[in-house]
Amino acid sequence: MSRDFGIVWDHADLLVEGLINTVILSLAGAALALMLGALLAILLMSRNRAVRIPFRGMVDLMRCVPFLMLAYLVYYGLPSFGLNLDNWSAGMFTIVIYNTAYMAEIFRSVWSRLGRESLEAATAFGFQGPRLYIRIIFPQIFLASGPLLGNQLIQIIKDSAFLTIIAVPELTHAASSIQAQYFVPFAAFIVAVLIYWALCLLVEAGVFVVERAAEARR
Amino acid sequence: MTAGAFISLLQGAGMTLFISGAGIVLGVPLGLVLALVRWGRVPVLGKIVAVYVSLLRSVPAVTLILLIFFAVPTIGPEIGPITAAIVMLTLNTAAFNCEIWRAGLNNFPADQLEASRAFGMTPLLRFRRIIFPQLWRSSLPPLINEMTMLIKSSPAIAVVGVVEITRAATRIGAQTYDPLPPMIVATVLYVLVIMLFVGLQRITERRYGQIGAEA
Repeated sequence: MSRDFGIVWDHADLLVEGLINTVILSLAGAALALMLGALLAILLMSRNRAVRIPFRGMVDLMRCVPFLMLAYLVYYGLPSFGLNLDNWSAGMFTIVIYNTAYMAEIFRSVWSRLGRESLEAATAFGFQGPRLYIRIIFPQIFLASGPLLGNQLIQIIKDSAFLTIIAVPELTHAASSIQAQYFVPFAAFIVAVLIYWALCLLVEAGVFVVERAAEARR
Repeated sequence: MTAGAFISLLQGAGMTLFISGAGIVLGVPLGLVLALVRWGRVPVLGKIVAVYVSLLRSVPAVTLILLIFFAVPTIGPEIGPITAAIVMLTLNTAAFNCEIWRAGLNNFPADQLEASRAFGMTPLLRFRRIIFPQLWRSSLPPLINEMTMLIKSSPAIAVVGVVEITRAATRIGAQTYDPLPPMIVATVLYVLVIMLFVGLQRITERRYGQIGAEA
């Protein structure tokens, strides 16, 4: 058994490369989805029913689709729109559009629980348009949605493992290729599992720090 | 896409429902047992459950099924893809269900527990007559939510060769050199199944509020 772990250790460079890809895909994907999700949340909270209802329907629909199915649809579907993405970009594209819906829904749920007082005070002080969103609404929403965003980031890290199926060289893919070459399934996958665990514990620790900061601001 | 292809996708949907159903039937009670171990502060075991939950909640379904399918035979018995799939979904969902049951137990009104103790109920009787009848009602909506998460992670079992919806769709795509139509139909099948569960969740949320809400 220790020989197996030795083989995995000899190919640590592959695992590190996979880990870096997983981290980049998850963090950059989450950051882009966060920004797009915030914009989409504005549409979900629109007072105009003709805007609100179709966008809410789209978000609800997206949340019923398994991540892997969306990855396949992007991977096989985009070329017929004349957009040829390599596997890595297709994976990134999938992460962003999938999680934009989840992020928007998180922001919408936090937003709808936001008190009217701060909003009314802000309008009384003459805040309106983009300044109202940037200075008043979004800071409160971001601070209040810390734990939910942390959970979503963990979900993104876990979903990114699906991308091994469309041959994106992320962590699970690296473990898979080591195991396929040397047949060391236990060592290869247990190492991957432990790395995922460490990543998620890091995210949880990050959420804890942000929560403390948010608590101090309230 | 031919009618034959559509039928094999429906068969795939049957397989997805069978394996997800097995995962739910095994994972929901297992989650309750784990939650009771932690809630009851069982020495050593409680700590082990805490580590188990933390670990399983952060492992991707794909990685876990690959680990179970390839590694279990090297240290123990042969394991078929369907068994591996059911084991993976059960272990995974039990960790999430444990947290749901535990949240319900932690929110359980202390006065009711004290009253039942004052009446001299044994722990087993207390659980059966006082705790569980209220606990399952309040835990049902989040449990159903977790079931939709389970179905959304079930395509992972396609990597070990279980012919469920996703595998059936890729297979048809490989035969016809036109992968998009079967993928779209497969996605629609998933959406229908998951919407059914989301609807169930909304109904249970409306029917059963929080514990003690009516009191």
